[in-house]
Amino acid sequence: MKAVVTVIGKDMVGILAKVASACAAKNANVLEVTQSILDGYFCMVMVIDIGGITCALDQLEASLKASVPDMVIHVMHEDIFNSMHRI
Amino acid sequence: MLNFNDILETITMIQDEHLDIRTITMGISLLDCADSDIDRSCRKVYEKVTTRAKDLVAVGESIEKKYGIPIVNKRISVTPIAMLVAASGGDPVKYAHALDKAAKAVGVNFIGGYSALVQKGFSAGDRELIQSIPRALSETEFVCSSVNIGSTKAGINMDAVKMMGNVVKEAANLTRDNQCIGAAKLVVFCNAPEDNPFMAGAFHGPGEPDVVINVGVSGPGVVRSALAKLPDDAPLNEVAELIKKTAFKITRMGQLVGTEASQLLGVPFGIIDLSLAPTPAVGDSVAHILEEIGLEQCGTHGTTAALAMLNDAVKKGGVMASSSVGGLSGAFIPVTEDAGMIDAARSGVLSVEKLEAMTAVCSVGLDMIVIPGETEPSTISAIIADEAAIGMVNSKTTAVRVIPAIGLEEGEELDFGGLLGSGPVMKLRTQSSSKMIARGGRIPAPMQSLKN
Repeated sequence: MKAVVTVIGKDMVGILAKVASACAAKNANVLEVTQSILDGYFCMVMVIDIGGITCALDQLEASLKASVPDMVIHVMHEDIFNSMHRI
Repeated sequence: MLNFNDILETITMIQDEHLDIRTITMGISLLDCADSDIDRSCRKVYEKVTTRAKDLVAVGESIEKKYGIPIVNKRISVTPIAMLVAASGGDPVKYAHALDKAAKAVGVNFIGGYSALVQKGFSAGDRELIQSIPRALSETEFVCSSVNIGSTKAGINMDAVKMMGNVVKEAANLTRDNQCIGAAKLVVFCNAPEDNPFMAGAFHGPGEPDVVINVGVSGPGVVRSALAKLPDDAPLNEVAELIKKTAFKITRMGQLVGTEASQLLGVPFGIIDLSLAPTPAVGDSVAHILEEIGLEQCGTHGTTAALAMLNDAVKKGGVMASSSVGGLSGAFIPVTEDAGMIDAARSGVLSVEKLEAMTAVCSVGLDMIVIPGETEPSTISAIIADEAAIGMVNSKTTAVRVIPAIGLEEGEELDFGGLLGSGPVMKLRTQSSSKMIARGGRIPAPMQSLKN
């Protein structure tokens, strides 16, 4: 099972590191990272493996949010993207 | 491989454009609860609803957490209660109390099915139930009621239409200290669908399985912002195409949630109702979609054509996205629940007559319209008859949910709060229709050939 983490907000030092460590703390393996700057905003999408996470998905989201409090973070199951954007 | 832009699009839809699952509705058949003793029957109803739906809210919340999509409402629809009254006799309001108590016990926010199907005539229990509706709605909190008074195959039961004028007025009157909310929980249908998950008109038709999960998706905000990105001179076929694609994506999400809910609950998945259901929140309005297409304000000339296109494109996109589509499916135009409609009604651009025309091309009918408190019951019956005639002749569902604002006059406003919104009292004709309504009887079913 995979989940998609999106992180959007003002660019600053260490976002990737903080989010990645928060994932590691809950045993979520980071599989892929894409990032870019859109309209001056830092925008990162991570695909993580949630097969072995040590807490519920909404708790993982809460701890990711706590790791970078200034950023907007969403954690969503990959099924939702697959069903919306694939036939 | 997931596409970066697709991911951001989905996030924006949920975060900024109010994309949500509007409702997961569990349909429960109560036919096996029928009993000749009304108290025993009510006990069976309570037990069946609380047993079958005990996990509904918890499962809904777990899906919300898993997928990160809001599921706004969890609801229940049941077999039309008139069928149980037929067997048990007695005061039908007892069933309303049993349903209300069951709804509170399982934590849902509405339970629909205090209903009767009388399109061709009254059978045992129907009259008693219809007459008890105002009391049932004023004495309970979560019970919703509907009555089907006509169909394309049966014609319109004008005796029932006559009764419903009084029932609507009385439902408002008994709840006049509470914004006349009783009338907002009562829908009068022509061609009522048996699998509609949306309140207040939801009931579990006699042809449905024992228990079933139906899902209603929403997303007017998503459609509007997709259209906002089109150039102003894009031809309407491109507009329709874009609506279709957007409806596809919205519906796919509903399909995912519905399938998951049915698996977790161990209940078969019924249908997706792919209606664009507005809320009073800014940016969640069907009227604003019509304005985005190119109308200065909803209700002006061109509104019916724009709505017809919108309604059709939503269906075309949704049908391909789902394994099974049903319910009302299309675009809803409830006046008090739609920020753009409220504005248009306040400014006088949107009239009841225009709304009536709009209902000929969209999915429901005259919905959540506040009318003057002194409106005669026969005038309400005449509004119902007009609307039912549109449904009957065009082989589509139409409905009337008008709220007589007791004690208020044209221009004043009712405020229900929450999803039901608020709205101004709209102007009606004052000339009487009472002679026609007093005739009663039946309007025969229309021809199905020689369509002109």
